Amino acid sequence: MTVLAVRDLVAGYEPGLPIVRGASLAVAAGEILVLLGPNGAGKSTLAKAVAGLVRVESGSVTLRGASLLDVPAHARIRRGLAFVPQTENVFAGLTVAENLAIAAAVLPRAERAARVAATEALFPDLAEARRLAAGRLSGGQRQMLAIARALVAQPAVLALDEPSAGLSPKLVGVVMAKLRDIRDSGVAVLLVEQNARAALSVADRAAILVEGRVAHEGAGAALLDDPQVAALYLGGRRAA
Amino acid sequence: MMGQILVDGVTSGAMIGLGAIGLTLTYGLLRFANFAHGEFVTWGAYLALVVAGAFGGAAPIDPLTFGWPLLAALAAGMALTAGLALGLDAVLFRRLRRHGNAIVLVIASFGASLALRSALEFAFGPEPYYYSHDIAMTLRLAPGMRATADQLVVLGVALALMAAMHILMTRTPLGRAMRAVSENPDLARLAGIDTSRVLRATWLIGGALAAAAGVFLGVTVQLRPSMGFELLLPLFAAAILGGIGSVPGAMVGGLVIGIAESAAVPLAGAQYRAAVAFVVMLVMLLVRPRGLFGGRA
Amino acid sequence: MTGLASYACFFLTVALTYGLAALGLNLQWGSAGLFNVGVAGFAAVGAYAAAWITAAPAASHWGGFALPIPLGWIAAMLAAGAVAAVVGAVTLRLRADYLAITTFGAAVSLQLLALNATTLTGGPFGIAFIPKPFESLAATPLAFGAANLALAAAVTGVAFRALERLTRSPWGRVLRALREDEAAASSLGKAPARFRLQAFVIGAALMGLSGAMQAQFFGFIAPDNYVPVLTFQVWVMLVVGGSGNNRGALLGAVVVWGLWSFSGTALTALLPSDWQARGAALRVVAIGAALAAVLLARPRGLIGERATVSRHVEGEE
Repeated sequence: MTVLAVRDLVAGYEPGLPIVRGASLAVAAGEILVLLGPNGAGKSTLAKAVAGLVRVESGSVTLRGASLLDVPAHARIRRGLAFVPQTENVFAGLTVAENLAIAAAVLPRAERAARVAATEALFPDLAEARRLAAGRLSGGQRQMLAIARALVAQPAVLALDEPSAGLSPKLVGVVMAKLRDIRDSGVAVLLVEQNARAALSVADRAAILVEGRVAHEGAGAALLDDPQVAALYLGGRRAA
Repeated sequence: MMGQILVDGVTSGAMIGLGAIGLTLTYGLLRFANFAHGEFVTWGAYLALVVAGAFGGAAPIDPLTFGWPLLAALAAGMALTAGLALGLDAVLFRRLRRHGNAIVLVIASFGASLALRSALEFAFGPEPYYYSHDIAMTLRLAPGMRATADQLVVLGVALALMAAMHILMTRTPLGRAMRAVSENPDLARLAGIDTSRVLRATWLIGGALAAAAGVFLGVTVQLRPSMGFELLLPLFAAAILGGIGSVPGAMVGGLVIGIAESAAVPLAGAQYRAAVAFVVMLVMLLVRPRGLFGGRA
Repeated sequence: MTGLASYACFFLTVALTYGLAALGLNLQWGSAGLFNVGVAGFAAVGAYAAAWITAAPAASHWGGFALPIPLGWIAAMLAAGAVAAVVGAVTLRLRADYLAITTFGAAVSLQLLALNATTLTGGPFGIAFIPKPFESLAATPLAFGAANLALAAAVTGVAFRALERLTRSPWGRVLRALREDEAAASSLGKAPARFRLQAFVIGAALMGLSGAMQAQFFGFIAPDNYVPVLTFQVWVMLVVGGSGNNRGALLGAVVVWGLWSFSGTALTALLPSDWQARGAALRVVAIGAALAAVLLARPRGLIGERATVSRHVEGEE
């Protein structure tokens, strides 16, 4: 059942200079859709446009059928869309507990404590570091906090921009395993990634963005097998 | 002598700190130096004067020079000036933010500062006003340290306001949201924070605290249309010293500037107070631009 | 009729001196992107330097070397430039709004110095009896006025031409490139700090010259002249005229000075005498409000910068 639907999206930072040029994709509940593509293709921009941080010139973004585009960015989490940016994705000057408390503030007062506790249960390392300033966490812990922050409000859609960036292979595996758990709980996950192999290890479906449009789409494994796609977009030897 | 410098410095430093809190908050949030902030200090003082006048003459509380009417006027002045700050943003800054950049905003704030100050001068004239014409009796705190009862009460209330501010920033959802927006407005939005609401709250709080500083200045010194403007350089110095965006920084910065100015009086004379603040600020900018508590330069 | 004509001469003369300051500010801001909120300070330095050099000796202040006026003006430019070199060396590397605050602070400090260093500057009373150009013509107001106007026009004209050539020269191109994209320009091997400092110093020298010329034309100076209102007036002149544009700077100076003088005269005529001082305050309110209105009407067109800051705090408004 499609939860997030993006149709013919045209978006960019400057009016008249779109980076996303008519992209369409859909993510269903309990599914991980991986968005791949070369640098500059517009993957991050698409995710940010869905989150409300980048201007949309035309096209539609709907969540459970309702348009998100007229919803201001700060209200989208309440509609069920959570986004984890690639960098600066935690409040470094605030403690772990405060980061989570901010996330919980969108919920009714009676639910807040329970939701924070439930989220901490998913990330035991964070529970221990509750009083620590987020800026003092290690890279991996910070990434976990960024994801945890997004989950406190139990979003229907979780979008992430390159969560594996800068992490060691082992931590990448941990993150991907976490995303699998999140997917299994019924969340629709839109995963933007540069690290194709890691992403495709958890992907149910994958789409490849080239110059602002979705060029290929299909089940993750099938894409890995397609030699042409693999050579062009999935790494191996870097182009000179 | 050291003791007296400390007494005078801490009293004036507390007032500078109060005024600097609002300045550092809006500076941190909006990334522009609001030259009109000094006028919130002045308007706060004069608005309180008008309100206090409406109460007519009420006997002061011994040994102070003022009574309950002034406290009521303080509250009224803070509320009205909070509204003035919000109004100035709505009428001028918000519209310019959409199209302009920091430079346009600074010039506009400079112009607004001149207009606001001159409006008061037009309405009240340039001569000084006083909340009370009673003589303030000095109390002897320790050998070589004297203070008026007014100064002590003012200091007490100022410190109480600062403590309240600290609690607001560290223990309330609004304070948390303000710190979040100050650090990363985009992430704050993603986390569900309405940044416009936080901004409005910041203007209200900043204006109110500046007004309190103005009333305190009026009580301990006098009211003149240029009083807030003369405080502007020390306010900027305190905010920069403490680190832009940091409320504890503004408070500590204010105290440091107040004491530094006070200490410089025997050396350079009282007229050069603003120049002392300037020098302190300059040194800070060269040595450690992000200030004592600041995160960004 | 001669009264009106000689008044017109004087008006234009003063307007042109303001134009000089606006030209200096245009070099600093329009060409080099330096945000100077301390214009009044540099004007003060120039004015006092010229006064010290050209006035007759007096007990109330230092100097009084009674030297020819051109020497006074050269001294003014050198002095203002020197102060700018010191201030600039220390502050130009700071980001724009910190530069604004520090130049503002420098101007305030200089004004405090002028006000309080009484043996040097004459304190709050300032320096009087500064020789005027063409004193010999003082008996015939029209000739006097015309000669002074010609002098002001000549100086301003030379400055204008020089600046136009400077901005079109390779030096000017480097400045503009630095302003647009510092990283790219400095990768070409041009040290940004040096160029910006030069622009800052030259602009300040022009402001000093402006102050000096006004000192000569009015015949007396006082610390009260060099307050933030002066800085603001020059910024308004630049903004109204269209910044980045030397012609606009001069035009703005004439227009704004005209509005200022006219409102001053109108207020003097309309208000009773005990309200005169208050009327002066009203004038400032009006000019502040007028600038706000101009900025609101055409914020991007006048300053011409792309929006950068603080918009991100209210991205959705």
